[in-house]
Amino acid sequence: MTGSYTDKSGPFTHGPSSVSKTMTLVLWALVPATVFDAWLFGWPSIVLFLVTIGSCLLVEAGCLASMGKPVAPALKDGSAALTGWLLAMSLPPWAPWWIGVVGAIFAIWLAKHLFGGLGQNVFNPAMVARVALLVSFPVKMTAWVAPRPLFSNGSPGLLDSLAITFAGAAPPDTMSAASALGYVKTELSRGVPVSESIHHVPDLMDMALGMHPGSFGETSALLILAGGLFLMWRKVISWHTPVAVMGSLFVLGSLFNLINPDRFADGLFHVMSGATFLGAFFIATDYVTSPVSRQGQIVYGIGIGLLTWIIRTFAGYPEGMAFAVLLLNALTPIIDHHVRPRVFGRTRKGEPLEVKGGK
Amino acid sequence: MLIAIGSLAALGAALGTVLGVAARYLAVEEDPLEVELAALLPGAQCGQCGYVGCGQAAAALARGEAPVTLCTPGGKSVAEALSKRLGVKADLSDHEESVPQYAFVQEELCIGCLRCTNECTTDAIVGAPKQIHTVIRDNCHGCAKCFKICPTEAIKMCQVPVTLGDWRWNKPGAAALQ
Amino acid sequence: MRLFPIRGGIHPKYRKELTSEQPIVALPMPARLYLPLQQHIGAPAEPVVSVGQKVRKGDLLARGQGAVSAPTHASTSGVVVEITTVTAPHPSGLPQLTIILEPDGKDEWTDLPDPIEDPFSLSGDAIRERVASSGIVGLGGATFPAAVKLNLGSQQKIETLLINGAECEPYLTCDDRLMREYAAEIVDGARIMAHALGAPGIVIAIERNKPQALEAMRAAAAGFDAIEVIDVPVQYPMGSERHLTQAITGRETPAKKLTAELGVVVHNVGTARAVHQSVRFGRPLTRRVVTVSGGAVAQGKNIEVPLGAMVSELIAFCGGLREEPRRIVNGGPMMGQPLPSLEVPVVKGTSGILALTVAEANERPTQPCIRCGGCVTICPCGLVPVEMAAFIRKDNLDAAAGIGVTDCFSCGSCSYICPSHIPLVQYFNYAKGELAARDRERRRLDRVKTLSETRVERLERQAQAKREAAAAAAAARKAASVPSENKASQ
Repeated sequence: MTGSYTDKSGPFTHGPSSVSKTMTLVLWALVPATVFDAWLFGWPSIVLFLVTIGSCLLVEAGCLASMGKPVAPALKDGSAALTGWLLAMSLPPWAPWWIGVVGAIFAIWLAKHLFGGLGQNVFNPAMVARVALLVSFPVKMTAWVAPRPLFSNGSPGLLDSLAITFAGAAPPDTMSAASALGYVKTELSRGVPVSESIHHVPDLMDMALGMHPGSFGETSALLILAGGLFLMWRKVISWHTPVAVMGSLFVLGSLFNLINPDRFADGLFHVMSGATFLGAFFIATDYVTSPVSRQGQIVYGIGIGLLTWIIRTFAGYPEGMAFAVLLLNALTPIIDHHVRPRVFGRTRKGEPLEVKGGK
Repeated sequence: MLIAIGSLAALGAALGTVLGVAARYLAVEEDPLEVELAALLPGAQCGQCGYVGCGQAAAALARGEAPVTLCTPGGKSVAEALSKRLGVKADLSDHEESVPQYAFVQEELCIGCLRCTNECTTDAIVGAPKQIHTVIRDNCHGCAKCFKICPTEAIKMCQVPVTLGDWRWNKPGAAALQ
Repeated sequence: MRLFPIRGGIHPKYRKELTSEQPIVALPMPARLYLPLQQHIGAPAEPVVSVGQKVRKGDLLARGQGAVSAPTHASTSGVVVEITTVTAPHPSGLPQLTIILEPDGKDEWTDLPDPIEDPFSLSGDAIRERVASSGIVGLGGATFPAAVKLNLGSQQKIETLLINGAECEPYLTCDDRLMREYAAEIVDGARIMAHALGAPGIVIAIERNKPQALEAMRAAAAGFDAIEVIDVPVQYPMGSERHLTQAITGRETPAKKLTAELGVVVHNVGTARAVHQSVRFGRPLTRRVVTVSGGAVAQGKNIEVPLGAMVSELIAFCGGLREEPRRIVNGGPMMGQPLPSLEVPVVKGTSGILALTVAEANERPTQPCIRCGGCVTICPCGLVPVEMAAFIRKDNLDAAAGIGVTDCFSCGSCSYICPSHIPLVQYFNYAKGELAARDRERRRLDRVKTLSETRVERLERQAQAKREAAAAAAAARKAASVPSENKASQ
């Protein structure tokens, strides 16, 4: 027995935390919003959701197997399922099946395993996939449908849904709609001032509840918020990143709206629309691709809010959260290098503290 | 055209002359790299590397003829300092860290010939003719020159024991933190 | 008193209830006692007894050597049967020179130094001398010679003596029990130490999870205005010297400096009691209280143990092991050191013996880091463990040192919370050991260089002297030969 007692230094007690527990908590936090959206968009969205997660797990297993690494423990840690889940939540709910499959390949193979697997990826896999899909298949990726709650009039049945998802049966034209951000942007380009077009999008209450076109993640802001608060309560995420993202977005939006309401949408609209809540609570807080220190997370969050606002306001895409997150992902190593906690007994520069009073 | 060629040629010739003169009169006697490298070496002139002394070893290093791991008593720390200075990637992972040693005089065999005291590069051996010699352990750096020269094999090299103060934890297995 | 927050920290499962209601009991005298010469930080002690010598309890067995060292005394009366190497109570399991004592069963005291009736009329030096000759070291586990620490008052103005009763390590209850049962002795020892330090104030800090200890200490300190007993929040590592000082004063001890810079000296409650015993009764340090606990022990206990008793005797006294333990730990589970086996002696720094089961240790295979940043958030020193470990893994120790690995005191919080079970603290322990070894090596090489340069100079001088002597001799010969030639020619 000698030797094996001393093969490792302390501590000799460990907390109950583990990677899979953390991932499971995040998945649970997504459940309310997902269930609500599944109801909101009906069977096609459920089929796509399952296809996307399934493909992510398959691609993960394939990548690991091809590298000769154990597959089962990695699948159990829940990271691939979470990536798939987040990706599914950022897709148009009625997109065809291959969008989910191609997205899974982008996310798991290109963005995760090519960088070295879990913990090594620079960019958020789900966002890489979303952006890659958006630039590759812009039409499919912006074909939003108006909410058709399950079992309601106009909601396709299961068989119709399979046809929509797998056979490419196009959703009836009458059903496509633009998301709020897209609508405002399009109207602005036609010369309609924001102050006018904003009255034609769903009001803030509907946005909060999710009664408007969009991806899973863009609708039901309140349920996403509830999930985010749950994660904060369970100490999976801290308030720093979400508050920094939404705060900077709100402040910028409000400020410019005051200056010129015809050109700029107001802060509350920015916070409530698009994928702000999903981005702030679930995407920007991704452990691997965000800074490790709280101080760094604030810098990172402000950067995302700033870029999201700029992209939404000035760039060609109506929604900028995914791009902003990816750009700040690239800056994460630099933020980590420069923004770090102050070491006990040292100044910010790393010199030992002076003793006050000159003892 | 001619003016251009002429002026450039003149400029070249003038600068060349200046450089030539400077090279002659401002010449550095020693290779500065050699001096720097010699400063990194222990300077005990023990000769274990195969060169006469640390200066010669430094020269060989500067010429790129010797590996940075040449210095046995210097161990890993010297090898690392050398590789850093020379910008050479040295694979130190399989560099056998030689266990530090010290010389010990077995009194019953010593004949007091003084050969070892003369050989010792750090004056670590004290003794007088026909008297038993002894090693000051703190001063001995384990080069084993005395061990080789002793006519009666009275000197043995002992390993410096690891103490509780020197002991350290191992690096966690390479499998960790992938 | 106003308290100040400390950064980070964790709330591990304390499991103090296993032994907190177990009063301190004495260990029956074992058949043999093993007293290592190194039971403290600093130079090992040097034996002053020989094999076969009869000693009485409290007799000096080995004296301290040098400025930082501590003597060792006989824990009972008996015969020195052997002075040999025995496995050290240390993770290395290295052999260590140890005096083996066979008790005669009488346990009779030697002629002790006279009790000091009124220590407060004595100079600090006289008290320090008594503490030093009693072999008292920091009994919280750090084992730094107490007398050296009591000398800090001569270099700096000490405002506060901080008595550390936080006992933030899980499982350990020895300080808790000491405070409950010997509050008056601790208070007296603290007053003596404060006097030696020239410190006007005494603060006794106890974590809030020890209400009985707080009550007992408050009652014992009631008559003394200079003493303040305060309850500090339950937060590991509150018992760290620097962090406790910060909680009390709100000030951070500068890196690489002592808390004395802030006018605070910290001593453990056990040390205070040992000082009381030494000054009031002349008794050297011969026993200490050890918590024996952990899920693998049949019945955890707080035992007053004669120094040198084998750990196996303690376990047997606790009814033996209930199951095969995963780890045997000397000290608490967070910062304690694993022991190579049960056949090692209890020394001055043994605050606890824990036999932890597999479930308690909860060691799981390492997974890839997911950069959750938990270690950064909880590091009480404001370090970035994830980055330091990454540097160390790639053998870039200089970079790790550059971001503060030597400021880490291995509290273990990061390893405790890591969801990927990365042995962060072992990376830092390795790096600190390796950096210290390199430093020693550099100093050794510098010394070799100086020595050999001196030798070259000496040879040069000798050669020069020889040349001069030869020249002088030649000149003298020449001078002498001229007249002789003249003589010859005559």
